[in-house]
Amino acid sequence: MKHRLFWPVVALVSLILINTIARSQFASITVRDDRLYGALIDILRQSAPLMLVSLGMTIVIATRGIDLSVGAVMAVSGAVALTIIDDATDPNSLGTVMVAVGAAILVSLVLGVWNGFLVSALGIQPIIATLVLMLAGRGVALLITEGFITTVNSTPFSFISTGYVLLLPVAFFIWVAAVAVVGLIERRTALGVLTEAVGINPEASRLAGVRSTGIIWTAYAASAVLAGIAGVIYASNIRAADANAAGQFIELYAILAVVLGGTSLMGGKFSIAGTVVGVLIIQTLESTILFLGVPSAQSPVFFAIVVVVVVIIQSPNLHRVLRNTFRTTRSAGPGEPTSDAGAAG
Amino acid sequence: MTNVETVGSKLQSEGGYFQVFSSRHSSLLPTLAALAILIMLFIGAEIFLRGDFISPGNISALLLDNAYLVILAVGMTFVIVTAGIDLSVGSVMAFTGIWLAKLLEAGTSPALAIPAIIVGGALIGLLIGVLVQFFDVQPFIASLAGLFLARGLAFVVSLSSIKVETASVLWLQSTRIRLGDWYITPTGILALLVVFAGAYVMQYTRFGRTTYAVGGNQQAALMGLKVPRTTVAVYVISGVCGGLAGLVLTAYSGAGYPRNGVGTELDVIAAVVIGGTVLTGGRGYVLGSLVGVFVYGTIKSIISFMGAEQSWMQIVIGALLLLFIVVQRAIVARSNRRT
Repeated sequence: MKHRLFWPVVALVSLILINTIARSQFASITVRDDRLYGALIDILRQSAPLMLVSLGMTIVIATRGIDLSVGAVMAVSGAVALTIIDDATDPNSLGTVMVAVGAAILVSLVLGVWNGFLVSALGIQPIIATLVLMLAGRGVALLITEGFITTVNSTPFSFISTGYVLLLPVAFFIWVAAVAVVGLIERRTALGVLTEAVGINPEASRLAGVRSTGIIWTAYAASAVLAGIAGVIYASNIRAADANAAGQFIELYAILAVVLGGTSLMGGKFSIAGTVVGVLIIQTLESTILFLGVPSAQSPVFFAIVVVVVVIIQSPNLHRVLRNTFRTTRSAGPGEPTSDAGAAG
Repeated sequence: MTNVETVGSKLQSEGGYFQVFSSRHSSLLPTLAALAILIMLFIGAEIFLRGDFISPGNISALLLDNAYLVILAVGMTFVIVTAGIDLSVGSVMAFTGIWLAKLLEAGTSPALAIPAIIVGGALIGLLIGVLVQFFDVQPFIASLAGLFLARGLAFVVSLSSIKVETASVLWLQSTRIRLGDWYITPTGILALLVVFAGAYVMQYTRFGRTTYAVGGNQQAALMGLKVPRTTVAVYVISGVCGGLAGLVLTAYSGAGYPRNGVGTELDVIAAVVIGGTVLTGGRGYVLGSLVGVFVYGTIKSIISFMGAEQSWMQIVIGALLLLFIVVQRAIVARSNRRT
């Protein structure tokens, strides 16, 4: 109950329960041709790009920053990868695909270093620093693809998003690996604590000898690399580089996922597990909305309601008001009864 | 005392009029820089592109084509001066625009439909403002909710575009009030009225001064200023501007389209920043935002004159935004050192 993942997990489980009750086939998983099929597996596969982007966003937000450029980085990354494959003599060779993916991630890293430079070296507000790339990045992607939607037919490249290994989708393994790597680095080394220190009080942590510039810089670089991988997966899924549509609004959904997972936008304490749950909530909600027969274009209304409910529940002011209202009952542990009441409303 | 003397003697010794001016009007400098860039753009385009870039027709078209951006930029200026941000404006414009088209299609009189959509925009602004002020939600997230809500509602109203055939709405766009080769449409007049009203409120009313105070210092409430009311009001103003922009855009394109204005919030923020409003709040001018939109519009028309791809537009605006942020950063740092 006290655990901060409690409410996100409750939300996810109840979403899955509602779906299972409403449509019995939702929870069913069947094996066919050495592959698992089912709505839940689809959710795990489709959440890969958002998961990767949200992971990076979590780290950036922990440093009290924000990265609006992730969608544009995805577009650039996809454009780089597909242009290389398209120009290659043999699009089906594994070597070509590896070079393409490597180049895409490298370009993303450069973009991340650029963001980090603006934020940590020049001291520009993160929202604005990354807004520059968010605006210019899609232009760059359009230049790379020369304004066309580059399409390719490359079996190894498609494998990244649509392939299966050991019954499960490759894309699922990619995001699990990313979560594991980021989790290990952040939680098994001091980096996570230092990141939180920078987010809670940049000046104090600098005085305490934390090299905050380097940590912030790394956060933006990591975010862009993860967005770059997400861009490759996205491009692999649609087998095309669409500079305008790739990663559109993903920064907003990623921020929503991070907030749903209980990480405060004010920086500091962050939860990677929370972000994972947050992404799964969004993906399940998306699947639910689709199932309800609502046109996907109208789905933002549901997300708006979710955002409003979540931020109101998290609002310290509401907690204070409720605490004052219920003070007569008895002073229980700080905040506990109030969050119950908040979630009920 | 000594401080005053040293500053005075420094000014005398270096003797620069510019220094006196820049130290007294440091918050005006970015706007003047934007004006200089606008003039340079015009002269550059006139020389290098073709001889007739600076023509009455061209400049008139600039206002006509960017009227909706001008209106949105005025609302955004209020919000950013309070150190907030409003991501919802593009979606609110799309929602109010398509709703207007739908209402008119159903035979509602424009006299009823237009106030209705403006109230619609104001309500979304009110929601954002209440979340920001009373629930301590960051403006970014609160207006993100507004963005999602308005975009979704736009598609709830209609999934495809709706043509507008109401004469009085089309009149806003088709009427050209001419003066020689210059012309202005009622939408252009509306945009300019919004600008002048915004500039007046910002500079000459108690509300305007409170707006600056809120952005300059969150403790403004200690001075007896009505911070909560002002914070909510700036988002409502932005929502109203979103509604007006929806009207103007629907008149301009002769149709409502739910996909309108995707990414417009970024263009508006860029224009406002280029016009000299500082994103950390407390400094900025409505007239500067007008200049910012003109810079944006001029770059857009230069790029289309050159026949270059629109992708360059995004890159140039991004680069210009960066330039202005760095300049602002330097100016703010310098004026902080002085005080």
